[in-house]
Amino acid sequence: MAIKKFMYLNRRSSFGTVYAIESLEVVLVAAAFDQDVSLAFIDDGVYQIIEGQNTNGIGMKNFSKTFHALGDYEINKLYVSAESLEERGLSADDLMPLVYEDEDDNWVEKSSVKVVSNAEISKIMSKQDVCFSF
Amino acid sequence: MADILGAKVDEEGFLVELGDWSKEIAEQMAKDDDVSLSEEHWDVINFLREYFEEYQIAPAVRVLTKAIAKRMGKDKGNSKYLYSLFPYGPGKQGCRFAGLPKPTGCI
Repeated sequence: MAIKKFMYLNRRSSFGTVYAIESLEVVLVAAAFDQDVSLAFIDDGVYQIIEGQNTNGIGMKNFSKTFHALGDYEINKLYVSAESLEERGLSADDLMPLVYEDEDDNWVEKSSVKVVSNAEISKIMSKQDVCFSF
Repeated sequence: MADILGAKVDEEGFLVELGDWSKEIAEQMAKDDDVSLSEEHWDVINFLREYFEEYQIAPAVRVLTKAIAKRMGKDKGNSKYLYSLFPYGPGKQGCRFAGLPKPTGCI
């Protein structure tokens, strides 16, 4: 099967709608098929990877933990909109430390998260074969 | 809906309520599959349960194999060994015995 470049745009916060968890499910499916997957977190989507989420009060599964598994699925291109973070009073320090082990560099642990401008995200999007918006 | 020792299972035999899991249920599922659970099976089952606790998903086989290789060594972290323990697939059958949902991306 030919490998395609898939980008998943996450634009909504984690809970309240099913978009965030459904996106993550599809991302894992794509990874299981060895596709080239990248994720972008834009608008309220940046809340999906905020550190320290706790769902006890709402009785839902805290699937934010699953983002930590992405590195093992060789998903290590997570782009976060700098503008969206700033608009919400957030910074890179508020995000979960998501990492992967670089096979080509002696399995050194590296960060999967890159904070980039919206202009850069557009550029990356234009290089994809497929973009999904959630 | 079918049940195993009183715990509901779906049409593929996976537990509906993850909280219903017990060692006895795992033993019964194995017995129904003509598998007798050895210490080696339990190593993988316990690993799967810990993985789920940490990441809230059942790992894909590829990820499971790699993780087991890292944790228990290459002689165990390979598909041949894992399939010898779980002939219907370490992901599918292993996760079922461990009381986890079917792995995401598993057909």
